[in-house]
Amino acid sequence: MMPRWFHSLLAGLVGLVLAAPILVVAGVSLNAKRSLDFPPKGLSLAWYAEIFTDPGWRGALITSLVVAVLSAALAVAIAFPLAWFIWRWRAPWARAFEVLGMTPFILPPVITALGFLSFWATFDQYGEPWTVVVSHAVFFVTLPLVTLSLGFGAVDRSYVEAASTMGADDRTVLRTVVMPLVRPYVISGFAFAFVLSLNEYIVAYMVAGFTLETLPIKIFNALRYGYTPTMASVTVLFVLLTAAVFGLIARFGDLPRLLGAWVRQD
Amino acid sequence: MSALVLDGLTKRYGSFTAVHGASLRIPHGQFVCLLGPSGCGKTTLMRMIAGLEEPSGGRLLIDDGDITTTPAHKRDFGMVFQSLALFPHLTAGENIAYPLRIRGVPAAERRRKAESLLELVRLPGMGDRPVSRLSGGQRQRVAIARALALEPKLFLLDEPLSALDAKLREAMQIELKQLQRRLGITTIVVTHDQREALTMADLVVVMSEGQIRQAAPPMEVYRRPADAFVADFIGMTNLLEGDVTAPGRLSVPGGELALEGLPRQGRALLSVRPEEVLLHPATTPGGANRLSGTLSFVRDLGASVEFRIEVAGREIVALTRPQDRPAVEPGGAVTVEIPAGACVVLPAEGQAAGERPS
Amino acid sequence: MIRRAPRSLAEHAPILFPALMLIVFFVIPFGLMIAVSVARRIPGGFYEPDFVFANYERFLTAFFGGVLSFSLELAALVAAVAVGIGFPFTYRLARLPRAAQVRWLVFLLSILSLSEVIIGFAWSTLLSRTAGITNLLVAVGLMAEPQSLSPSFGALLAGMVYQAFPYTVLVLYPALARLDPALVEASRTLGASPVKAFFTVVVPSQRNTIVATLIMAFVFALGSYLLPQLLGRPQHWTLSVLITDQAIYQSNMPFAAAMAVFLVLVSLALVGLALLAGRKEEA
Repeated sequence: MMPRWFHSLLAGLVGLVLAAPILVVAGVSLNAKRSLDFPPKGLSLAWYAEIFTDPGWRGALITSLVVAVLSAALAVAIAFPLAWFIWRWRAPWARAFEVLGMTPFILPPVITALGFLSFWATFDQYGEPWTVVVSHAVFFVTLPLVTLSLGFGAVDRSYVEAASTMGADDRTVLRTVVMPLVRPYVISGFAFAFVLSLNEYIVAYMVAGFTLETLPIKIFNALRYGYTPTMASVTVLFVLLTAAVFGLIARFGDLPRLLGAWVRQD
Repeated sequence: MSALVLDGLTKRYGSFTAVHGASLRIPHGQFVCLLGPSGCGKTTLMRMIAGLEEPSGGRLLIDDGDITTTPAHKRDFGMVFQSLALFPHLTAGENIAYPLRIRGVPAAERRRKAESLLELVRLPGMGDRPVSRLSGGQRQRVAIARALALEPKLFLLDEPLSALDAKLREAMQIELKQLQRRLGITTIVVTHDQREALTMADLVVVMSEGQIRQAAPPMEVYRRPADAFVADFIGMTNLLEGDVTAPGRLSVPGGELALEGLPRQGRALLSVRPEEVLLHPATTPGGANRLSGTLSFVRDLGASVEFRIEVAGREIVALTRPQDRPAVEPGGAVTVEIPAGACVVLPAEGQAAGERPS
Repeated sequence: MIRRAPRSLAEHAPILFPALMLIVFFVIPFGLMIAVSVARRIPGGFYEPDFVFANYERFLTAFFGGVLSFSLELAALVAAVAVGIGFPFTYRLARLPRAAQVRWLVFLLSILSLSEVIIGFAWSTLLSRTAGITNLLVAVGLMAEPQSLSPSFGALLAGMVYQAFPYTVLVLYPALARLDPALVEASRTLGASPVKAFFTVVVPSQRNTIVATLIMAFVFALGSYLLPQLLGRPQHWTLSVLITDQAIYQSNMPFAAAMAVFLVLVSLALVGLALLAGRKEEA
């Protein structure tokens, strides 16, 4: 409990520094001419239009979205049965798979990326677009795994017991009681994985960097030939998209709880 | 033919035995209370009956069919949980209709059935309320209606009223008993509240440390407790221990008592209910079964007056109606009379009560 | 439903798919990487199976030693700065009204998920001559003309702290959100000033959390693979950059894998320590 003014100052400064690069980039993205000036010289939304009109940018955007949707869905498909199994059965050995699922997220990403590169290269699949989807799904399985573990943990076991005394078997319990209660956690797990896949660079680059251009790869490749305002507009688009997704999670789920605070509101 | 038979049901968790060889016959239509302090194994026993715990040993039979290994969802029992376990994502009506829904009963029929069940528990027209907008007592009723929706063979309630305040709890006890009598359904309630058990049960099953101590009608449990634990747990009692000096005579601290049913020799333990103990001023002439002591404390509870008397270093409690209050004052000498008919001779300490036929 | 050990195959069935996916696509790649680290490089191709330690021997050169020590020092510095700012910040954050907390968390998560590419681009723009903050300083008259602040060590440090800060806050958040406010209130009633209460009650009670977070932030910073290229000079390249460079541009998979294995060992050892520190806190 430091003095209040100190905290307000700290929070203000932190907020300012965190926002500064984004604000400058947002300013740059509005330049009328093909220059990176801040404050912008002239105002134009042309660089936002270019994301959708330029085939290169549009292609990269679509690729990124497709990869993110598919890999987030696959990540949830891996995480859901695992988290359910650990919750449903008394099987301490299954925790080993949970730890496995957490590991890629904790290790430096380069390592996982290199592991995938070795793997796909060895099995001659290097550069195949679908390998990015699988790689991202395994890389980001941590997120739905964490949200779902929390979600299942929040289901009062007496609901399940009540349902079974009323004649529901395992499958019916899952469909009629557990699923409706963990749905917000499924959605937030998907959303976390989606956003991170959208922004992911190194795994996608190592696995299929020369054949598949996602938006981060496209930005990085473009960086080497000089900066353009389109990069700025793409960045702003990404920030907005990301914030929108997290805003939705916060709107429909319990964000502080998802992030580990005990918040009981009833 | 017995409706439900527990045959040596046992539950062990590692080296800890939660329920030890519970055997019991429950005839059709009985209202049974499993009564005991927390940790006595009553909830574990009920969960084994419901199919929510696997017994480590023993058998469970219903109408002579063995259901020991039948999964909970195939037993057709109705259960009310301590937490009530009302599904938060469903309305009151949907909760009640849940067992019908998963059996594929058409929606219109479900709604009709839910409405009639709501009427049964005196909540007509509340079907569309979300569970979160019901009061404690209303939730209670919804949980009961839901458990009854399938007309179960057995109606189980695990501490169903513990979340309610005292007044509402008493009212619900009476209502639950009336409901059970009307439906004639075999019912088992777990409770730690002896008043609740005495109010509702046809058969009280007293448990302690994983064992059934006594299973008998309420007044028998009260008047003829099987052992010291039961005597002490059900209501208040005075436990007096002494040596048998002659046939029918027991020497207790502070005097001698004459009574029947004593062992021929050795030590014996008596239970005497406070309301049976008589209290007289010390000037009263002495006589049979009278002990002298000092009145240490009096409290007037309105409906009754409680006296605490020190007799030879031990405390004896006596209870009288206010209008029968004897002329005694705290600190003064008094005479305590223990009528022979009020004494229940208990098995001496250490004798395993669980092995007695019950 | 009885919660017991699964017995039949049908009861085990649900875990088969996730277990298979994680084994095939994580355990095997990982094992392969270790195998590749002792393989022989084929110029122009990937590698040839072998059992040589030549790739590890290259660690012993002065150049590699320099990169390693620079990587570790940089990560340590980033972790220290991020936790130093992040701890008081998170402490305050966890005490804000719920709605304000949620807004901050959304903001922090958004920054955290940003691609390193985007963070690198945003910071190099912020520090550039044409659009950077020096323009602001020129405008208020503190500087004669705008100049570029990147690439430089300062730019790299700023970018990496920016990247690690949201992560640090989110690692600290659970512990500080659960911190019993009565602790501080008690010390206040015993006469401690707010500052004193913070340093004599909050910080010591969270010592293990702080240690664990420092380590987690350190490992996180070790993983930074693009910022050193975008905001630093060649002498600021870290182990992660070197691994990427060797794997992609030099096509020397075995050497990249050997470095990666080394990085794994360092990271796992540190994460283990962090978990240990975190566990002590709970006991």
